[in-house]
Amino acid sequence: MAWEWQVFCKDTITGEATAGCFGKGGEITYLDWMLSAWGWTLSVSALAFAVALVIGSLMGIFRTTPNRWLVALGNVWTELFRNIPLLVQIFLWYHALPGIFPVLKGVPGFFLVVIALGFFTSARIAEQVRAGIQSLPKGQRYAGLAMGLTLTQTYRYVILPMAFRVVMPPLTSEAMSIIKNSSVAFAVSISELILFAMQATEETSRPYEVYGAVTALYFVSAFVVNRVLIYVEAKVRVPGMAGAKA
Amino acid sequence: MKKSLLALSALSLLSILGAAQAQTADTLAKVKDSGSITLGVRESSGVLSYTLGGAKYVGYHVAICEAAVENIEKAIGKKLSVKYQPVTSQNRIPLVQNGTVDLECGSTTNNATRQKDVSFANTTFVEEVRIAVKANSPVKSIADLNGKTVATTTGTTSVQTLRKNKRAQGITFNDVFGKDHADSFLLLESGRADAFVMDGSLLAGLISRAKNPADFKIVGEVLSVEPIAIMMRKDDEGLRKIVNATIASLTKSGEINKLYDKWFLQPTPPTGTKVGLAMSATLKDALKNPNNHPAEDYAAKLQ
Repeated sequence: MAWEWQVFCKDTITGEATAGCFGKGGEITYLDWMLSAWGWTLSVSALAFAVALVIGSLMGIFRTTPNRWLVALGNVWTELFRNIPLLVQIFLWYHALPGIFPVLKGVPGFFLVVIALGFFTSARIAEQVRAGIQSLPKGQRYAGLAMGLTLTQTYRYVILPMAFRVVMPPLTSEAMSIIKNSSVAFAVSISELILFAMQATEETSRPYEVYGAVTALYFVSAFVVNRVLIYVEAKVRVPGMAGAKA
Repeated sequence: MKKSLLALSALSLLSILGAAQAQTADTLAKVKDSGSITLGVRESSGVLSYTLGGAKYVGYHVAICEAAVENIEKAIGKKLSVKYQPVTSQNRIPLVQNGTVDLECGSTTNNATRQKDVSFANTTFVEEVRIAVKANSPVKSIADLNGKTVATTTGTTSVQTLRKNKRAQGITFNDVFGKDHADSFLLLESGRADAFVMDGSLLAGLISRAKNPADFKIVGEVLSVEPIAIMMRKDDEGLRKIVNATIASLTKSGEINKLYDKWFLQPTPPTGTKVGLAMSATLKDALKNPNNHPAEDYAAKLQ
């Protein structure tokens, strides 16, 4: 099989190869398009991860508090978003909810996807944060309260600084998953990498080159996230705990 | 150890890809050997090719293919068992190339890019890309789409058509992409898009099956004309001759007009809705002068 990588230098309208592979003066080559699609993939992933981290931590913390209403809220949140397939959630946010609440019609699809992907991942993060907090010896919480700290202060100064360091490894894998999961966004018209791959394959008839390049971009993105977070993980690791350097 | 494992898996992957490419072009010998022929069909490509549920596939193009299979049986002097393989816009060409599908009877546009990879029989349908809007919409032509949101389906030639028109007319609009035709139609129905640009026969079919067909209309100029044809492996002249002879004899006997009438003008199963799309002058012309000219030739004529 002959590879034909020049396909990326072609203009998306005329199909003519462009010198330098980047379109000039409003022309768009498949390479330009793919890089922009990569940008969409990364932006969806980054924003969704921010949403997931904030809400997931909050829900995870709620589930470990003594207040049973907060525990119930955290449990319901986790089970609701964890037990519905991601693609179904995305369709619900994009097609069903705007039908019920017309105000959502004005919200761009991009934000709905960020919310859908963020909430889905937040349920998983909530579970990890809860497990991280519960893995700490109960004595730490009691010690904090016995010293006269309020519950909030106990979480802020005693429990969370330990818990977040414990849950770094699963958070790393969530951050990588979210990049891969963002590929479902094509289903609601976000021009990310999979949508690019499907459309460019159709137009150029070079599926191996197009999917090859897209696969490489996904791999690079997830791998970079992995390396960066592993570095952070090593820096913040609790001395004396499993995996820490002596 | 790890490295050699990686090299080994890369090698086996390459050999699978290689095997997928190496398929003999003599389909007649292949089906004679195996005693079966596989038709590539679509789940929902208007009335050209669609499913009635289960493994039952019907449509205008499926009917033509079935007539061709009868002639193939005569040519090789053997009864064949006919298998139906559903294909999508994304996998239809690879599946024809690797031998999974022998004859693709869907709604594939014959264009010059694809002719490099596969062969097409003579044109049996001519598709005109049009604009569908809601009945109360002020949009009357492509120029009215300025500043609007336009839906089309990922993985179709209409996306490119739209892009070309966008530049040629100097207008700007947002495009949204449905993952399939039903999804794109939903975008129009729910008001997320102001217009849906797609093949006319598909639009007519979707509108006829809508909850209230009177809520939608097809407007504007023809944005692109595309010949649709039955697809097969490249350089398989033996098979192509039989399929073309079948089309020629259907045309000569007037049978093809009856087929067209049955699928495009009469109520179609399963719901009994009518597409109501009269045969276009371009299709009449293509049947009168059988050819497999690619879409580019039609585009040149349009301008």
